[in-house]
Amino acid sequence: MYPIIVFSVSGLLMLYLGLSVSKKSLLPINLGFLIIGLLSNFIDWNAPGLYFNNMLEVSNTLILVQSVVILAAILVAGLSSKLFEDAIDHPAEYYALMQFAVVGALIMVSFQNLIMLFVGLEILSVALYVLAGSDKRNLRGNEASIKYFLMGAFATGILLFGIAMFYGATGSFDINSGSSVANNLPEGKIFFWIGLIFIFIGLLFKISAAPFHFWTADVYQGSPTIFTAFMATIVKTAVIFALYRLAVYSFSFEYDNWSKFLVIIIGLSMLIGNLTAVYQSNFKRILAYSSISQAGFMLLSLIGLGEQSFGNLGFYTLSYAFATISAFGVFLIVSNDQLVDGRPNENINVFNGLFKRNPDLAVILLISMLSLSGIPLTSGFWSKFFVLNDAATKGYLWILIVGIVMSAVSLYYYFKPIRATFGSTESESITVSSLAKATLYVCGAMTVLLGVAPNLFRGLF
Amino acid sequence: MLTLSLFLIPLIAGLVLLNIKNKSLASSISLVVSFIQIAVFVYAFSVFKDNSALLTFDKPWLSDFAIRFHLGLDGLSLVMVGLTVVLVAIILLAIKNLNYENIPRLLGLILLTEAALVGVFSAKDIFLFYFFFELALVPVYLIANFWGGENSSKITFKMFVYTVFGSLFMLISFVLLYMRGQSADIESIKVTVSLLPNLIKQILFWGLLLAFSIKMPIFPFHTWLPDAYSKSPTPATMLLSGLLSKMGVYGLIRILLPFAPSGVQMYGEIIIILAVVGLVYGSIIAIKQNEIKRLIAYSSFAHMGLMAGAVLTLSVTGLQGAIFQMVAHGFNAVGLFYIAKIIFDKTGSRSLTTLGGMTQSAPVLTVMFMVVLLGSVALPLTNGFVGEFLMLKAVFDFNHVIGIVAGLSVVFGAVYMLRFFQKTMYGPSNDSTINITDIGAKEMMVLVPIVIVVLLTGVFPNLILDISGSFVNSLGVLNK
Repeated sequence: MYPIIVFSVSGLLMLYLGLSVSKKSLLPINLGFLIIGLLSNFIDWNAPGLYFNNMLEVSNTLILVQSVVILAAILVAGLSSKLFEDAIDHPAEYYALMQFAVVGALIMVSFQNLIMLFVGLEILSVALYVLAGSDKRNLRGNEASIKYFLMGAFATGILLFGIAMFYGATGSFDINSGSSVANNLPEGKIFFWIGLIFIFIGLLFKISAAPFHFWTADVYQGSPTIFTAFMATIVKTAVIFALYRLAVYSFSFEYDNWSKFLVIIIGLSMLIGNLTAVYQSNFKRILAYSSISQAGFMLLSLIGLGEQSFGNLGFYTLSYAFATISAFGVFLIVSNDQLVDGRPNENINVFNGLFKRNPDLAVILLISMLSLSGIPLTSGFWSKFFVLNDAATKGYLWILIVGIVMSAVSLYYYFKPIRATFGSTESESITVSSLAKATLYVCGAMTVLLGVAPNLFRGLF
Repeated sequence: MLTLSLFLIPLIAGLVLLNIKNKSLASSISLVVSFIQIAVFVYAFSVFKDNSALLTFDKPWLSDFAIRFHLGLDGLSLVMVGLTVVLVAIILLAIKNLNYENIPRLLGLILLTEAALVGVFSAKDIFLFYFFFELALVPVYLIANFWGGENSSKITFKMFVYTVFGSLFMLISFVLLYMRGQSADIESIKVTVSLLPNLIKQILFWGLLLAFSIKMPIFPFHTWLPDAYSKSPTPATMLLSGLLSKMGVYGLIRILLPFAPSGVQMYGEIIIILAVVGLVYGSIIAIKQNEIKRLIAYSSFAHMGLMAGAVLTLSVTGLQGAIFQMVAHGFNAVGLFYIAKIIFDKTGSRSLTTLGGMTQSAPVLTVMFMVVLLGSVALPLTNGFVGEFLMLKAVFDFNHVIGIVAGLSVVFGAVYMLRFFQKTMYGPSNDSTINITDIGAKEMMVLVPIVIVVLLTGVFPNLILDISGSFVNSLGVLNK
C-alpha cells in the first residue's frame, strides 16, 4: 500500500524536479525514489487485511509480487543510464510516467474492488501510451503509440463493459461477490457470463495472449527499446496477477466452464507466438512474439489454480523479468552502438561477433536466452516446470505436450542471437556505462542463482 | 559427502578456470583437479562396500514439491562416475597440449561438463537427473561453437535442438510420474510405477525411450551424429562420444527399465531390431568413409546400437555387457579421436585417400594406435572383447536371428577399423606423411593410460563386472 502513495507523490515531484535539476542527476533521484518505494513496501509485512474501505488487499504474498514489479522498474531504470542525454529527451517526464505506471501496476496486483482494477489499468496504460510514442522523431514510434492507444482503449472499453455486467449480475463491485451469483436465477447468470468473458478479453488483450495479440509486435518494435523492456515486464506481471485474482475470487466457481476456453487460448498463444517468432529477423519482434508465448505459459497457472499456483506465478514473473530485462538491456546497448541510417540497428545481425566485442554482454545474453527457452541452470527452467506442473495437476495432458514441443521450437529463435555472438566481426569493442553493466550483472547472476536454488524466492510464498 | 565433492570440485574449478587468462596456471589447476578427483573417487571406491552412508548426499531442494538434491553412488553409478573422472582427466591432459586458443576457458568448460556428468550419473531424484542431463549439453555446445570450424555453429545447433527436443519428452514423462506419485525419488517411484494406468505406462515408455535414443543415438534418430562428431572440434567430439552418449545408455538402465518395465516387455523386440539395424547400418557406412573422424563417428554409432539392444534384452549378461562396453567404448572412442587429431595435426589431412605409410616415421604412434584399434574391434584380451561378447550372447539368447545379424557387426568392425589402420599407417608414404615426427612424451602421457586401461580391463574384466554386478543383480526387472 505504501509504495502506491510513495510513487504517486514522487512522480509528481519528479515532474517538477525536471525543471530545476540537471538531466544527469535525475536518474539517481529516480532510483532513490524507486528504492524508497521498494523498502516502504515491507512496512506492511505481516499486517494483512483490507484497506481503504475494502478497495485494496495487503498480504505477504502480494507484497512479494509488488516487489517484483518495483524491482523490474528499478532494473529498467538502471539500464537507462546515459540514455536520455539528448536535448530533445525529457527524462523527468519519462521517469515520472514510469513511476505512475508502477502505481497502476501495484493497484492491479492488489485490488479488491473492480473499480480499482479499472483505475489501475488505466493509470498503467495511459502512462505507457505516452512512453511508447516518446521518441517523437521516429515514425514507427508514433505508429506504435497510436496503435497501442487505439487498441488499448478499445480493450479497456470492453473490460469496463464487462465490469458493468458483473455489477449488474452481482450488485457489487467487490471481487468476492462473484460467488453470490452461484445460487441466483439463470437470468442473472447470463449477465455474469457476459461480464466474465468481457473482463477476460479485456485483460487477455493487455497480456497479449492470442488471438488478442495483433498489436504486440508493432508496438514492441516501434517503442523505444527501454520502454519496450518496461512494458514487457511490468504490464505482463500486473495483468497476469489481476487475472489470477479474478480467477480465484470472482470466477472460481465457474472454473469448469471457462477453463476449457482458456486452455485453448493458451494453446493458441504458444503456437502463434513461437511459430511466428521463428520467421522474424528483428530482435524486438522476436521478443514480442516470445512474450506472446510466455503469456501462454503464465496463463497455465490459471488452469492449475491450486495452492502452489500463486507462488509458481510469482516465480515465473520474477524469472521472466530478469531474463527479459537483460535481453533488452544487452540489445539496447549493442543496437545503440551500431546505427543504420541514423537509427539503432534492430536486426538480429547486430549481435554478430558480440563475443569478441564484449564477452560479458555475450554471456549475459546467453544466460537470458537460455532462461527464456527454459534450459536448466537458469530460473527459466523452473518457472516453466512449475507452470507445466500446474497444468498437469488438472489433467490437461495435451497442453503439456503443446507447451513442451513449442519449447523445443523456441530454441530455434532464442539461439539465433546466441549463434550470432560467436560470429566474426570487424567492429570495435563496446563500452558500457557502469550502472547499466551492474544492472545486467545482477540480472544474469540472479537468473543463474534462482536456477540453482529456486527455493530462495519460491520458498517465500 | 564424497559424491557431493566429486560434483563440486570440478564445478568450482571450472568456474575459476573460466576467469583465468594464464595458460600454464590453468593447465596445472586442471591437472591438480583431475588428480584430486581420481583420489576422491578411489577413496569412494574403497568405502563403497562397507560404508555407503559416506556416498550419499540428501538435502531438500524444492521443499514445496518434495524435490530433493539427492546424490548417491551404487554399482552402476560408481562405474559411470569412475569412467567420467578418469576419462575427463585424460581429455584434459590431451587438450592442454593441443594448439587451441584460449585453453583456460576450454579446460574450464570441460570441467563443468564433468560436474554435470557426475550429477547425471549419481542423481537419485528424477528432476535432478533431468537437470543435469540437459545441463551437460550446454558446455559442450559452447565448446563446439567457440573452437569449432566454419559450419560448426550450425551443426552443433542441430545436435542441441535434437537432443533437447528428446529430453523435453523425458520431462513430460517425469512430470506425469511425479503427478501420480507426488514423489520425485527414483527408488520410491520404482515401487509405485506398476500401479499406473496402462495409457500412462505407454506414454512413459515412449517418452523416455525417445529421450534416451536420441541421446545415444539409436537408429533412426542418429542424423545429428555424423556431422556433430566430425565437424566439432576434438575436445567436444571426445566428450560427446566418450561420455555424453553414455548418458543415453545410463538412462535406459537407470530410468527406462525400472520405470516402464511393461513397455520394455511389450516393445523391446522392436527396439532391439532398430538398434541392430543401426549397428549393421552404421558399420556398413563406416566401411565406405574416407574421412577418419566420420569413420570413427559411424563406428561409435554402431557400438551404441549394440549397447541399446543388449540392455533391452533384459538379461544379466546383456546388462553387464552394456555397462562394461560403456567403459570400454568411452576409452576407445576418446583414444581414436585423439589419434585422429594427432594424425591431422601432423599431416594436415583427415582423408584416407591422402594418408599412408606413417608407420615408417611414427612407429610408436603405430603401436599405440594398434592397441586402441584392437580394443575397438573386440580382439580377445582387449576391453572391447568382453563387452561385445557378453552383449552378442545376450542378443543371441534373446532371438537367434537378430543375434546372428548383430554378429555381422564384428566382421564389419574389423573391416572398417583395419582399413582405417592400413590406409593411414601402412602403404606407400607420400609427401605429407614422409617427414612427420613420431609422438613424444606429451602424447604418450595421454595414450599410455588409455592403452593400460584397454589391456587391463580386457584381461581382468571382473574389475568392472564385480561392481556393476551388485547393481544388476538387485535391479529386479530382468528376465529369469
